Amino acid sequence: MIKSATLDFPMQGSRHRIAPPAGWLELNLRELWDARELLYFFVWRDLKVRYKQTAIGALWAILQPFLTMLVFSLFFGRLAHIPSDGLPHSVFYYSALLAWIYFSTALQHATNTMVENQRVITKVYFPRLLLPLASVSSGLVDLGFGFIVFLGMLLYYRIQPGSAILLVPVFLLLAVLTALGVGVWLSALNAIYRDVRYVVPFLIQFWMFASPVAYPSSLVPDRWRWLYGLNPMAGVVEGFRWSLTGQGQPPSLLLGVSAGMVFALLIGGVLYFNKVEGTIADVL
Amino acid sequence: MNDVVIRTEKLGKSYRLGERERYLALRDLLARAASAPARWFVSHNELSSNGNHRDGNHKGNRSHIWALKDASLEIRRGEVVGLIGRNGAGKSTLLKILSRITKPTIGHADIFGRVGSLLEVGTGFHPELTGAENIYLCGAILGMSKREIKQKFEEIVAFAEVEKFVSTPVKHYSSGMYVRLAFSVAAHLEPEILLVDEALAVGDASFQKKCLGKMGQVSREGRTILFVSHNMTAIKTLCSRAVLMKDGTVAASGPAIEVVNHYLAGIASGLSEREWTDRVAAPANDNVRIAHIKIRPPQGCSELTIDTGAQIEIGFESFRKNINLGCTIYVTNSEGVVIFASGHPISGDRDSRCGLYELTGRIPGHLLNAGRYSVDVVFGQDQRYVLLRVDSIASFEVQNAARGANMSVAPGVVRPQLSWSHSLKEEACLVEL
Repeated sequence: MIKSATLDFPMQGSRHRIAPPAGWLELNLRELWDARELLYFFVWRDLKVRYKQTAIGALWAILQPFLTMLVFSLFFGRLAHIPSDGLPHSVFYYSALLAWIYFSTALQHATNTMVENQRVITKVYFPRLLLPLASVSSGLVDLGFGFIVFLGMLLYYRIQPGSAILLVPVFLLLAVLTALGVGVWLSALNAIYRDVRYVVPFLIQFWMFASPVAYPSSLVPDRWRWLYGLNPMAGVVEGFRWSLTGQGQPPSLLLGVSAGMVFALLIGGVLYFNKVEGTIADVL
Repeated sequence: MNDVVIRTEKLGKSYRLGERERYLALRDLLARAASAPARWFVSHNELSSNGNHRDGNHKGNRSHIWALKDASLEIRRGEVVGLIGRNGAGKSTLLKILSRITKPTIGHADIFGRVGSLLEVGTGFHPELTGAENIYLCGAILGMSKREIKQKFEEIVAFAEVEKFVSTPVKHYSSGMYVRLAFSVAAHLEPEILLVDEALAVGDASFQKKCLGKMGQVSREGRTILFVSHNMTAIKTLCSRAVLMKDGTVAASGPAIEVVNHYLAGIASGLSEREWTDRVAAPANDNVRIAHIKIRPPQGCSELTIDTGAQIEIGFESFRKNINLGCTIYVTNSEGVVIFASGHPISGDRDSRCGLYELTGRIPGHLLNAGRYSVDVVFGQDQRYVLLRVDSIASFEVQNAARGANMSVAPGVVRPQLSWSHSLKEEACLVEL
């Protein structure tokens, strides 16, 4: 990317070789870092465009988890009597929904990002990884709004979160990495096979029931917990709930397995993305 | 040697046929996986049966076409190079590889310096965003830093002449304003190497002139520009050097004027009369086959001059029944300017027949100026769909004719004969003092 407007010709310094796709390991982190401003602009565009023509704008970011929380509290809590680890139903669901809704929106967004930006992709070069990165980043702003409401709920129910709340950023990071890891896969796959777009809504639905959003993970028998942890969102959602409310159990085993899974997904995803990146403009 | 900023060596790009036309669906993948063993068998048999495979046959697979092959090229710092050639000659593919939008299949290119590419005007523009917001967004996508955009913001707005509308969403812009703003952002990009694809073919005439000026200015500042265009006048005025692409390879390279003239001279067959007796070699597809085309002086004339005009005769075979078939010719001068297009409806009532047709037309005298002209022939359906198009199928020369005492060629694209008249209204009386 161009950094200075001055005209010097660093002949040796900025030599770039264009060659056929070589293999799996071509990740240019330096280039990605240099393009961080563009990442900011992509996120900024996403947010601007998303709220520009909506009547209540960013309020949607709050309403979405809040209304879902109400529905969950009513059906899963009041009617189905699913245990909530001693927390008020609303807090129990809302804390998990914060993480879950962030994840599902980011995932949907990431899946479509290459296709939505195909005009740009076929006309100019930039590190393509910025697009899924921007998709998972712009959701964080919504998460922030939702979080403010959550603080209000804590005050209302007089819940003391405890020192575990310091770990929220860790779980947040894990949530971002999970969304990115899966999002990178899906964005590249969707660019090549458009079928992916139709699969994702189902995937998200099934995935939610495989994650402790509507029920506590304590319902899962101990000996199956490691298996349960293979779903990275299990660790993330449970961790979110635990660190935000201080109630329930620290999801140690679950978290370990989930974190391992996230990194496997992410590394695999980035490698795959890199492999197809070079010629993705041809198939879009 | 050190001054080379772009060097490509045997650059090639193959596409699977149909790849560009539509995306893959999962079922294609499944189908391909299912047929993989069979394909493996076939390709191995092919390899063993004719051992020396031509380089153009990537992996022995016939469903590949080479959009670019063996393209070797060197461009030096400060050069403004025009890339010319017919559609499908590989110009855009080369530009796409150099701007890193897609990777080559074989070969490699070295680029020394930062590259900015301008393959489309308005890359990254979002209709919902305002002019100002789009300046930032588009600038960033094209590779400018935020600071740089901020610095040039006023200049960009002024150049685009949209001062009053910077805070209006661009979806409310007129198309002219939109294009001006988009170009203005791109024009303020300051890379060391600028790759431009037909971007100048936008806006009104005065804005085009301004863009050309801006590009000229950029090149004087020592930057390197590689510039694809069909506008031969622009290539001649802007570029110091031109590269002619043909069938995916570099066919010629040298001083712009020479290469452009060479291209324009060779663009046509050079023949004013062509006949294809061999049905396989004839320009044809499933719709139409052209049998012959003849452009000659009208009967009774020995020379084709500005006074006589020309007779055009096209023989073709139609394979389509019961459609509205039409034929149009385009006449282009040696500058690449289309002088006129003229068509003839062969059937207007969905009653075309299969079989041989002969079409004759007359280009009137006192129309074309002296010079060389090339003819494109287009067969169409319903005046909307192209059935067969053959560019530069033939060319002809219009000789200058003595008009008055002056034998030199008069300037101008056309050479009409106007009906002048004059009369002396009042004779001055010369009074001798």
